[in-house]
Amino acid sequence: MVDYDSVILKSVLQTKPSGIRKFFDLLSNMENVVGLTVGQPDFVTPWHIREAGIESLENGKTYYTSNAGIPELRNEISNYLYRKFHVLYRPETEIIVTVGGSEAIDLAFRTLIGPGDEVILPLPAFVCYEPLIKLAGGVPVIIETTFIEKFKLNPEKLKAAITPRTKMLVLPYPNNPTGAIMTKEELSEIADIIRDTNIIVLSDEIYSEMTYDRVHTSFASLPGMYEHTILVNGFSKTYAMTGWRLGYLCAPEILCLQILKLHQYVIMCAPTTSQYAACEALKNGDDDVAMMIDEYNHRRRYIYNSLKNIGLDSLEPEGAFYIYPNISEYGLTSEEFCEKLLFNYNCAIVPGTAFGDCGEGFVRISYAYSIKHITIALERIEAFLKDLKK
Amino acid sequence: MDELLKILENNASLSTEQLAVMLSKNENEIKDAVNEYEKNGTILGYKTIIDWDKIDREYVSALIEVKLQPQRDIGFNKTAEKIYNYPDVKSVYLMSGSYDLCIIIEGKTMREVAYFVSQKLAPIENVTSTATCFILKKYKDNGVIYKNDEKDERGFWG
Repeated sequence: MVDYDSVILKSVLQTKPSGIRKFFDLLSNMENVVGLTVGQPDFVTPWHIREAGIESLENGKTYYTSNAGIPELRNEISNYLYRKFHVLYRPETEIIVTVGGSEAIDLAFRTLIGPGDEVILPLPAFVCYEPLIKLAGGVPVIIETTFIEKFKLNPEKLKAAITPRTKMLVLPYPNNPTGAIMTKEELSEIADIIRDTNIIVLSDEIYSEMTYDRVHTSFASLPGMYEHTILVNGFSKTYAMTGWRLGYLCAPEILCLQILKLHQYVIMCAPTTSQYAACEALKNGDDDVAMMIDEYNHRRRYIYNSLKNIGLDSLEPEGAFYIYPNISEYGLTSEEFCEKLLFNYNCAIVPGTAFGDCGEGFVRISYAYSIKHITIALERIEAFLKDLKK
Repeated sequence: MDELLKILENNASLSTEQLAVMLSKNENEIKDAVNEYEKNGTILGYKTIIDWDKIDREYVSALIEVKLQPQRDIGFNKTAEKIYNYPDVKSVYLMSGSYDLCIIIEGKTMREVAYFVSQKLAPIENVTSTATCFILKKYKDNGVIYKNDEKDERGFWG
């Protein structure tokens, strides 16, 4: 008999499965559940983009591409980033096309983080950062962002968290799950702290198109920040392409050269079909994006107001497609709240604690759903709240 | 308020209250805008798209290509008006190309449509020819695809 516990790494054994997943396992055998749980667009990838993928298959584009991705796509990414956010990355040497933004995040950590290295991580944030930092041997140094701070990274807290061992800072904005963004002015304050350090900032801008009252500022566009930044972005959210698994990472050449080695040995290259589809997305997808953002914006206003009306307080989300209401006044933990709502009212949302311990007292509600679907879910939440108040 | 029209074009069943919230306006602004659009004919009506094949209802629809002899001074308009007044006629378009009017008609039976073409349409003075094409299956109408509501297959990651 193999003693698996002794062969599997402790660090992996100790890694907890995602809290989102845990909650989904609960509801997978339930029927008639109306959920506002999903972290991906409800739109199907626009047809012309799908067609470009199909056409690439018809034309026999079934080989590995160059490690960093097909040149045409890297060119388009470079054009796009300049056109939208005024950041300049050379397509030949500073862009690596990855298997989703997640691979890019993992590559960045594993290239820079070794045993004992500290990574400053504002939470709540998407579930992957903390385990990936730990698996790379690093130490996550968590900054808890608060409702009062509008879940933004507070510069004073950042200053206090920096030690001689700090290697990286994760900037997960626009933020999943809170819907918070960082404005140009707020990012400038962060940049002022980073400027004279040796810290590399992993700026995860996967929701960069999903900001509603102002245009997103890319961290690398701030003076002096290009050399400090690894920019992560991708196609999943912007073009409703989650299943295509395509993202990218941009960084100064000297970093890319090293990161590319990991990518080369682990992945070889991102899926070829997806790369061709992504070219089409960047070339001719602006109208689709505008349409989807308008739609999210309508839902955002709708859900924010409706939640307020039924007695759930939240900040008006400024980015991504999540809203993050405060449920603490109801006297339940986030998990209890979500479980009761699920079991008694057949409505699923995600406990804030799935995104860090500091998510206690909050829940994440996704509005990547039709208005009709949202309305039904809200009716159930309203009934549940009335029940709790009794 | 272009955005209001865009929303209504795709979903006329939203309440004024919902529309107001979605567009960050107050309800009166929405009501006023809708009233104005209705009054000036921008919004012509509200209908429901129904897949009649889902219920037991016999009907046929046909597209009829009509060639016309234009009339002095009034062109095709008078004839178009004559045609669109028949309640079975769902749509009438003036076309460029090899024929002049395109008519979409719906009837209970093929015979009913045939009767319309031979007894009502063809005899109109300046109609010079008609070609009737029956519609066999609707895949998409008014931007809506005819299919069952699909299950939400999204994984829950993210």
